[in-house]
Amino acid sequence: MSRKFKAALFKILMILSTLIISGSLILILWTIASRGVHALTWELVSRLPEGGFYIGKGGGLLNAILGSLYITVGSTLLGLLIAVPVVLYLNVYSREGSRLATVVRFTFDVLFGIPSIVYGAFGFTIMVWLGLRASLLAGIVTVTLVIIPILARAMDEVMRRTPGELSDQTYSLGATRWETSLVFLRQCAPGIMTAILLASGRAIGDAASVLFTAGYTDNLPGSLTQPAATLPLAIFFQLSSPIAEVQDRAYGAALILTAIVLLFSLSAHYFSKRLSKNKI
Amino acid sequence: MTFEAPHIRVQDLNVHIGDHHILKNISLDIPDKKITSFIGPSGCGKTTLLKTFNRLLDRNKEVRIGGRVLVDGEDIYGKDVEVTGMRRKMGLLSQRPFPLPMSIYDNIAYGPRIHGTRRKKELNGTVEHYLRATGLWEEVKDRLGSPATRLSIGQQQRLCLARGLAVEPEIILGDEPTSALDPLSTQRIEELFLQLKDRYTIVLVTHILRQARRLSDYIVFIYMGEIIEFGPTEEVLLDPKERLTREYVKGYIS
Repeated sequence: MSRKFKAALFKILMILSTLIISGSLILILWTIASRGVHALTWELVSRLPEGGFYIGKGGGLLNAILGSLYITVGSTLLGLLIAVPVVLYLNVYSREGSRLATVVRFTFDVLFGIPSIVYGAFGFTIMVWLGLRASLLAGIVTVTLVIIPILARAMDEVMRRTPGELSDQTYSLGATRWETSLVFLRQCAPGIMTAILLASGRAIGDAASVLFTAGYTDNLPGSLTQPAATLPLAIFFQLSSPIAEVQDRAYGAALILTAIVLLFSLSAHYFSKRLSKNKI
Repeated sequence: MTFEAPHIRVQDLNVHIGDHHILKNISLDIPDKKITSFIGPSGCGKTTLLKTFNRLLDRNKEVRIGGRVLVDGEDIYGKDVEVTGMRRKMGLLSQRPFPLPMSIYDNIAYGPRIHGTRRKKELNGTVEHYLRATGLWEEVKDRLGSPATRLSIGQQQRLCLARGLAVEPEIILGDEPTSALDPLSTQRIEELFLQLKDRYTIVLVTHILRQARRLSDYIVFIYMGEIIEFGPTEEVLLDPKERLTREYVKGYIS
């Protein structure tokens, strides 16, 4: 094979894979849009399900939209509260070559690989053990478990790439490890935004972990102890209906879910750009 | 060479990193308010020695340090040493300038702020004072709020120097502080060092012999983790006592 041929072959391969990736994205968007767009009415996003909603009568999915947002925001905040200190420990507090840090990182890799249905089953077991019913709180806690490894790994990756000189500088000025941590967070702010985006995207889209833990309801969750509906489950339940109109609503829900994720993505991009102006 | 009241006194210092014996039985007096330069080939341990002075080295688990380093007579590896306070005595200027991820103003104000200065007026004064001291004021006074990373590399290094000075250290540690800079910026940093040596003890690591000659009062030649020769600049560079020093100065070993 001539070198020219090899180069041409590789170029064709690259173009093909690019087409496959962007093609499937367009296909997915087109599928949910074409089937969901006429189900997507103001009623669908602004009202709760009414009697007979699941056999094609009136109402909307406000319960699932708000439920999903509650769970996503709640679990992302709770996840940050746990993941940020761990990551700071790994990168600022622990000494280079620390064995504990290696163990913690390995643990996150393992946790990352666990399917979310297992987290769901785990959350369910704990709930039963504590005598709790499916609730918003249980959903938030379970989804938090799912996203902690995502948050921690993504943030750890960014912080590890931060040159060690940064802490040399702050320590030389007489900063404590806590003060150094704050500078680290500032330096890594764009990366942290990306981590939050990855995690919240996963949190809002995950069905398996909320199935048993958050439950499903046609009402808005009035408190943390009441069950909460979510968009992925709304899609799941409606898609399994034999009625075409209800199925279309499932695509409408998918469209709403995709739009929310897109909104997250765009805002994360915007903030990460603003935050990186001071980056080294 | 010994001095009556050295600013830093190193006694029988040994540093191991993993299985490597990096510094061997180092004993050294660094005189007060003079410029002392460490010269020697790459990997000889000169940067390691510098970093033992502000305890940046022992953050690595692999590092074992034996012996004593006395700063103003106090053993900085002693049990009761408050490391952050001790580090504050020593400004560090590293090979590459490393501004903190914040504005020009906040870079200088960072140190005073963490040490408790809150009053805006006082901070303004400090920022202006040290920016003037490093010749940056005229260049940046209209854009104090813009990110420090927008400055040129040479300006960034002067900013880092100003930032270090703003916590009022007694000692300046320079780890090849001009190696990333263009000749003009290098000259400015060198001029600053010469101005500052009346008030600060300066310890420089450099691999540029001419720089060592231009700046230093004393020179320490380190080879394979050992101090081979220590003396006044002219003596070490022009009339070395040791064969190894002579070969290094002439460029036979590097």
